[in-house]
Amino acid sequence: MRRGLSAFNVTSIALGLAFLYLPIAILVIYSFNASRLVTVWGGWSTRWYVALLHDSAMLDAAWTSLRIAFLSATAATVLGTLAAAALVRAGRFHGRTAFSAMVYAPLVMPEIITGLSLLLLFVALDADRGFWTVTLAHTTVTMCFVTIVVQSRLLSFDTSLEEAAMDLGAPPLRAFLTVTLPLIFPAVAAGWMLAFTLSLDDLVIASFTTGPGATTLPIRIYSEVRLGVKPEINAICTIMIAVVALGVVAAALIGKRTELARVGADGRGG
Amino acid sequence: MSETGQQRPPQRRSWGSRLVVLVPALWLAAFFLVPFLIVLKISLSQTAIAQPPYLPVLDLAAGWQGFREFIAGLSLESYAMLASDSLYLASYLRSLEIAALSTMMLLLVGYPIAYGIARAPRRAQTVLVMLIVLPFLTAFLIRIYAWINILQRDGLLNDMLLALGLVREPLTWLSTDTAIYIGIVYSYLPFMVLPLYASLERMDETLLEAAADLGCPWWKAFWLVTVPLSLPGVIAGALLCFIPIAGEFVIPDLLGGSDTLMIGQTLWTEFFANKDWPVASAVAVALLLILLVPIVIYQHLQMRALEDR
Repeated sequence: MRRGLSAFNVTSIALGLAFLYLPIAILVIYSFNASRLVTVWGGWSTRWYVALLHDSAMLDAAWTSLRIAFLSATAATVLGTLAAAALVRAGRFHGRTAFSAMVYAPLVMPEIITGLSLLLLFVALDADRGFWTVTLAHTTVTMCFVTIVVQSRLLSFDTSLEEAAMDLGAPPLRAFLTVTLPLIFPAVAAGWMLAFTLSLDDLVIASFTTGPGATTLPIRIYSEVRLGVKPEINAICTIMIAVVALGVVAAALIGKRTELARVGADGRGG
Repeated sequence: MSETGQQRPPQRRSWGSRLVVLVPALWLAAFFLVPFLIVLKISLSQTAIAQPPYLPVLDLAAGWQGFREFIAGLSLESYAMLASDSLYLASYLRSLEIAALSTMMLLLVGYPIAYGIARAPRRAQTVLVMLIVLPFLTAFLIRIYAWINILQRDGLLNDMLLALGLVREPLTWLSTDTAIYIGIVYSYLPFMVLPLYASLERMDETLLEAAADLGCPWWKAFWLVTVPLSLPGVIAGALLCFIPIAGEFVIPDLLGGSDTLMIGQTLWTEFFANKDWPVASAVAVALLLILLVPIVIYQHLQMRALEDR
């Protein structure tokens, strides 16, 4: 594609980014509003953050969500990376089409269908619904996103390094763990991040698969939002945005360091 | 591990490589495939005041006799209800209408953005793509909630319109279709921009120069060269948006009105409010059948993208 931007290009990018970021910016600004009325500006204040510290139900929900997100993202990263390796590296194994169908379908499947079907599974198994059922559900849905991220990295990956390791006698598994995995690590980390935020964010699937005692943050926020806009909600949302933004910046930095390390290694090698 | 001596055989079949396929395959079969079969089964059951709230329940302990009774107990009653009550049909049609219209809006909004990014200098492209993805990573629920702040009756949008003197009294934005469309376009924009960008970025610029050299006006070159070449991105983006939007629950629930429900809301109500599991399952099965064709096309595209590289 030709480089060089016309005024039209610049305008459409600027308007697009404004559309994406203005509502979030407004939300963040209003979380520091001193007024109880959400729409009237009453000067800067952090009182809603203080109020949040005393809202134990909200804090419990946040803690539950963080634990679920951590566990499910970790499990999803392992499973998703395996699935990506299977799709890209395992060649044409028997049932590959069916396998890829199962991997790609959850990406577009309406959450409401996935949520309902997982709940009915847990009911059929007579499993106690709560923390673990939500974790299992989130692992299943988010692993497919990890697969997409890792798969695109594996596709552009130079297989000769891995093959060289195997020619030198490393078993395939060891070659993958010691040669391939470190090189695709930025993609794996990005996949974990994506899985973590998707889990932290999910309302529909969690609503179906949770049980008494395991209220996640989105479920809690949703029940509050249905009753109307509250300044405390602005505050908790701002904190979540900050956590995610920090995570993304950290991931970008890790990615850059690995990239730098690779350039450095290449330079030495040549 | 025994095959390490072989010279990179194309079909390595160590226990390790089998495990790489088996573990995720079994996981997805257990938590994705089997649950659908259960949904199908319960959609053929009947509501009951029991725990679980449906009949018949397959009793494996009863053996063959139990299985026969179970099969005899299945019925199409839930599907008959879907067909007879026009409420469900209206709900499906509305979902498809909203999904189709908002996919078109997303294309119109997303294309210029993707096109602009594809023309930007390389370094800027990475940053711009990151900026498009970033809001997608900040919670979906929060982004919908942010719009409630803006669209409510005494919200910022009305304040602004009043201050500018464009309207005399506050307009109703929340609980309207306009709010649903704004929410959907806002939430799904990255899903449209990224595939479009991916196909536009790969385009060969010399084709446009050739067209210009041959005296083709830019708008004609755009229509005859750029658009056809970006078609894979258009189709991928459209499917990536259309399918989940058709089953959307949160956006219409928080931003929309209560007159006609989208099918996701209908399913939610049947399940959580009416506790009618068989009908909720039948709604899900029918929705899946409606979306089957776009889902299969999407799968096909994904597979082809995997083979191409």
